[in-house]
Amino acid sequence: MATTTQREEERQAQLELARLLVEQLQRGDDEAVEITIHRLSAPFERELFAELGKLTRDLHEALKGFREDSRLLEITRDEIPDAKERLNYVITMTEQATHRTLNAVDAGLPIAEQIHAMAAELAANWVRFRRREMSVDQFRQLANDLDAFFAMTDTETDRLRSLMSQIMMAQDFQDLTGQIISRVIRLVQDVEENLVGLVRLSSARMEAVKSAAPRPSEVDEAVAAIESRGPTVPNTKDVQANVVTGQDDVDDLLSSLGF
Amino acid sequence: MDKGMKILIVDDFSTMRRIIKNLLRELGFNNTTEADDGSTALPMLKNGSFDFVVTDWNMPNMEGIALLRAIRADPALQKLPVLMVTAEAKREQIIEAAEAGVNGYIVKPFTAETLKEKIDKIFERLES
Repeated sequence: MATTTQREEERQAQLELARLLVEQLQRGDDEAVEITIHRLSAPFERELFAELGKLTRDLHEALKGFREDSRLLEITRDEIPDAKERLNYVITMTEQATHRTLNAVDAGLPIAEQIHAMAAELAANWVRFRRREMSVDQFRQLANDLDAFFAMTDTETDRLRSLMSQIMMAQDFQDLTGQIISRVIRLVQDVEENLVGLVRLSSARMEAVKSAAPRPSEVDEAVAAIESRGPTVPNTKDVQANVVTGQDDVDDLLSSLGF
Repeated sequence: MDKGMKILIVDDFSTMRRIIKNLLRELGFNNTTEADDGSTALPMLKNGSFDFVVTDWNMPNMEGIALLRAIRADPALQKLPVLMVTAEAKREQIIEAAEAGVNGYIVKPFTAETLKEKIDKIFERLES
């Protein structure tokens, strides 16, 4: 910032140059006029360059700062591929759950049909017996059929119960995939917030970026060590963490802790 | 082990609560109640005489680990057996739960047999 005396001196110098310019114009000395005009504009150009230089530096600093503390880079490099793996895993899990369910239905339906058919046949014979339309041999056959039916329903309804149970357990995918999808939704929100930050920055108002509230991702990462993360997804950074691979692993760990 | 004991199932996914409720019923436990996270579970536990808690870890508002700590910190509830059924699989989390006083830890996905085995083990130990 120029002091008052400096300003005054500059003004005097400019005034002298202006007088000189008038004189040179009146004299018609074009060459001298050009030089004087250049000298007159010099202070303004200096200021302009200084201002431009400052703007460039600020922009450079802001961009550097943004790159350093931005999660965008991390997100694009690690988390987007990670999220793709997670969503692929969701497809795999829902596919498996559907197959498990349909397999159980495929196995269960013939059982229901078989019981239904045998019961219908026995019922018809039972009616004949009640009407006394049955010979002793036929009755003996009916008694054998009934024995077979009771034995069959005993084992087959038990199989049906187990198939129903399999169908029920297959529905656990909704909880597990739900947790995975929720995590991807959080990432999408994170990306959105970072992009908004980038847009703010390109409008060249660094104050906006600096005063922005801490991104939720920072809060997330800060407590990541103790925060719950949902199911472990293969081919993601989940696997790099120290995770157990199944119930046996859990049991071993707990028994090592005296459980 | 009393099959009529009062059990609270805590999970934010209603589908998982239904699965656990069904599995418990298959094992003969019919007296079950549900809560969708720790913050709804805790007042229920304080008001009702529950005998057993089956809880998830990853839930909104109040997570399972915080619920477990709150139970252990409450003189009226501190002896309540807690079984954690969760997808959280980090070793440090399992250790954390053990240190907080969990009675059993099951990782999802799990089987009906695992649930039965862990419940049997918890009550065997409590009764001995």
